[in-house]
Amino acid sequence: MKELSLHILDIVQNSIRAKASKIELRITEDIDNNQFEIQITDNGIGMDKVFLDKVTSPFVTSRKTRNVGLGISLLKQNAEQSGGFFTINSESNKGTIIKAVFEHQNIDRPILGDVAGTMTLLIGANPQIHFIYLHKKELEQFYFDTEEVKNEIDTIPIQHPDILKALKELINENLNDIKATIN
Amino acid sequence: MKVKSLADLRKIKDEVHEKIKLREQSENAEQIVQIKVAMATCGIASGAKEIMSYIIDELDYSGIDGVVTQTGCMGYCYAEPTIEVKLPGKAPVVYGFVTKGKAKEIIERYIIKGELVDGVIPVTYRTIDE
Repeated sequence: MKELSLHILDIVQNSIRAKASKIELRITEDIDNNQFEIQITDNGIGMDKVFLDKVTSPFVTSRKTRNVGLGISLLKQNAEQSGGFFTINSESNKGTIIKAVFEHQNIDRPILGDVAGTMTLLIGANPQIHFIYLHKKELEQFYFDTEEVKNEIDTIPIQHPDILKALKELINENLNDIKATIN
Repeated sequence: MKVKSLADLRKIKDEVHEKIKLREQSENAEQIVQIKVAMATCGIASGAKEIMSYIIDELDYSGIDGVVTQTGCMGYCYAEPTIEVKLPGKAPVVYGFVTKGKAKEIIERYIIKGELVDGVIPVTYRTIDE
C-alpha cells in the first residue's frame, strides 16, 4: 500500500465484515518519541484465541473466495520495516483492537495520505456505522464523530454526496489546523 | 464557503435539503443503479479507492440516481479494481481492470445508454452475500 490511509481503509473492512456498529480510528503523533501510531478499535464479533494466533499469517483468511489474507500481514510488515511494531487483541463477541506503530521520521514509513477521503468513503458506504476519528499531534487534537454530524444534519442522509464532500473538507481543514503530518 | 465546524455543516444543510426534495420522487431502490466496488486488500492496493470516489462524483455530475457501495473480494484479484454494476431489472455484471477512463465509458455507455461494454470478466458470476 502506498499510503497508510489505504491500510486504514483495508483494516476497517475487516471490522465491517465483523459486523461492528462502532469503529474508532485513533492516530497519535508523538514527535518527541519519534512515534506515529494508528489504532483501530471495533465492537464487532472479534476472533477466538485460535484464529487470533494465526491471523497475521498471509495464508489465513475467513473469506471463501480466496485462500490468502494480506491486509493485516501487509500492515504488520510496513510497521516493522519502519522500525515499529504491530499488535492485535481480540475477544469473541467483544471486538478487536489493532495497533500499528511506526517511527515517525523513518524513511520507510508510508505517508498518511488521504485519510479524509478514506473516512468519507467509509461513511458513505456504511452510513449506519458509528465512526469516530481522533487525530492527536502533541498537545493538539481533532475529534470527529459521525453521531455528532448526524445530529447536526438531522433528516438528511449522511451519505449524500454534498454532505460527504463537506465532511471531507471539514476533516482536511481541521487536520491542517493541528498541523497533522499527512504527506 | 469553507466547512470547518459542525456549525458550517448546518449552514449547507438547507441547500442539500432542497436538492433532496427535487429528487425524492425517483427514490426507489428497485429503480436505481447499484454499483459495488470491490474493496478488499487486492482492490485497495490496485486503486479501488480512487475509482470509487470517481464513480460517486461522476454519477452525481451526470444526475444519475445510483448507490455506490463497497463489497468484498470477489475472487478476481488479478483483475482489480473490479466493480459490479446492477441496472434496474437486469442481472449484475462485473467489470475488471477498471480505470477512470473505463469507469467513464461504463457510465456513459452501459448505464446511460444500455450498450454492451467490453471488459466484463467472469462467465459464471454470482453476487456475493456478506
